[in-house]
Amino acid sequence: MGLRDNRTTGVVAAPLSREFSGTRGRPRFNWTAAAMIGPAVLALLLIGIYPLIQAVSTSFKLYQITKPYLGTPWVGLDNYQTVLKDSLFWSALGRTGLFFLLTVPLQVALGIGVALLLTATRWKGPAAVTRVLLVLPIATTPTVVGLIGRLVYNRDFGVLNWMLDLVGLGPVSWLGSARAAMFTIALTDTWQWMPFVALVALSGLTSVPPDIVEASKLETSSWWETFRNVQLPYLLPGLTAVLIIRTADILKLFDMVFVLTRGGPGVSTELVSVYVQRVGFRVFDLGVASAQAVLLLILCNVLAQAYIRLFYREVEV
Amino acid sequence: MSSVTMETTTSKPGSLAAQRARGRPGIRAKDVLQLLAIVLLAGFILAPIYWMVSTALKTANETFAVPPVFIFQPTAEHFRTVFSEGAVLPSLLNSLIVASASTLLAVILGTPAAYALARFEFRGKSNLWFWIISNRFISPIVVALPFFLLARDLKLLDKQLALILAYLTFNVPLVIWLCIDQFRSIPRDVDQAALVDGAGLWRVFLTITLPLAIPGVVVSAILCFVFSWNEFLFALILTRSEARTAPVEAANFMTGFGVRWGAMMATGTLIVLPVVVFAALVSRHLVRGLTMGAVK
Repeated sequence: MGLRDNRTTGVVAAPLSREFSGTRGRPRFNWTAAAMIGPAVLALLLIGIYPLIQAVSTSFKLYQITKPYLGTPWVGLDNYQTVLKDSLFWSALGRTGLFFLLTVPLQVALGIGVALLLTATRWKGPAAVTRVLLVLPIATTPTVVGLIGRLVYNRDFGVLNWMLDLVGLGPVSWLGSARAAMFTIALTDTWQWMPFVALVALSGLTSVPPDIVEASKLETSSWWETFRNVQLPYLLPGLTAVLIIRTADILKLFDMVFVLTRGGPGVSTELVSVYVQRVGFRVFDLGVASAQAVLLLILCNVLAQAYIRLFYREVEV
Repeated sequence: MSSVTMETTTSKPGSLAAQRARGRPGIRAKDVLQLLAIVLLAGFILAPIYWMVSTALKTANETFAVPPVFIFQPTAEHFRTVFSEGAVLPSLLNSLIVASASTLLAVILGTPAAYALARFEFRGKSNLWFWIISNRFISPIVVALPFFLLARDLKLLDKQLALILAYLTFNVPLVIWLCIDQFRSIPRDVDQAALVDGAGLWRVFLTITLPLAIPGVVVSAILCFVFSWNEFLFALILTRSEARTAPVEAANFMTGFGVRWGAMMATGTLIVLPVVVFAALVSRHLVRGLTMGAVK
């Protein structure tokens, strides 16, 4: 029964509950099992937890690589105070939020549209080919996406300005002004991640029993009614997952933006990861950068908790 | 015609026959628009990749041409340059070594752990589980700073080993998560029977369960390889020249005067091509990997 739930909602939590409810006949935990889990846990502890502890301890120290004569004295909460008062940090967070608003709603709307188009169309062949194509942007190395951006957005010989020119617009300085650059990185991100939303929505749509869709089409002629009342409920779990994953990934986003704009012009596209990287590795103020990283970590953890609560609730038996 | 109508009324409304009967009438304006939309979508996805590959095959004059050149005599000049001079080839080799080694290590560490997590009950298991999944959400920049300090102290800066270990932070959770799913799908009776016969747990795992789980292991390995191959931030911070990976080398084309677009795009093509092929192979599982199994 659990399995059916899982199929219809597209969420995997249900099989877990099935496993966990049937504990009878399970071998008890023993040393061999511990030896199987041990190395992985140890590795994750060493490369995951240890650096975090070091990040926290660095965040309480004065640690400027360019000024070794200062040493690394303990400074308590000074770095955190610096960060909390640092308007650049807050504006980087604000920009990251703006970037989220520019990209995610658009990607969700387009992704659902694409999924609906590919499932409803009579052109099964082209739709199947396009479905495979959707994987390409997701797999494309983000660094290379940034480099391609440098090429196609080029003001002088970029192919995009030529296309605009064909319809009598432009030329646009895609990376030249603060506002345009923000729009440009959002557009680039949409190229790469809208397909992800579309694939998630597609898997949600395929889990809708066709009978219900047909029945609803008999009752109402408006596709919106059908979508809202019949299909959308099946999409919601997947879209919630997308929302949290995209939030986490936008907090992580570094490579594409770094290559395309270096956070510029000025600081206009300096998202939070790019800013922390600059403070840490171009200004070399590791203490302050660590404090920023720790604050960021808290944010990441909140997201992880939300995600786990929503999608793996059944595990807690 | 009448038989079709009969079919629609007698069979269930959602049946394939009904759908086919509905779709059978001639092509309408809506259908044309849908085809147009699909073609536009495919074009939108392919255009940047096409432009990268075609620029890699153009001469410099053709690259700068306005209006852009669409029909040209392809030249292998840039690929030859990239192969003969400079650091691109070594960086691709570094990427290959780092991604393969990290993937292999993640599989070696991750599969037994996934097996034990799928088969055994113990206290604190769900906490362990949550912790493993939550690694998906940690921003690399958070651990990048301490990694840098640690690698500096251990003299691992600019060494492949530093990256191989760093990439385990995302590879091990991925393998564990995807393989737990796989092990669960194998009936427990299979290994139970062997255990009753007196075989040790490791032997059962290695000779019976693991071979059955190979499809899942391969999928997780491919995804690990793709994510490691594409990684940039750790590679930027932890390498200088010797261990520099391909994405960092490619980004390096943007520094200095006079960007060599052709060579840069040739490098980009060499980086993207293998992962795109890999990703297409496991396209059905890509979403599962990206969402840690929450969406199938």
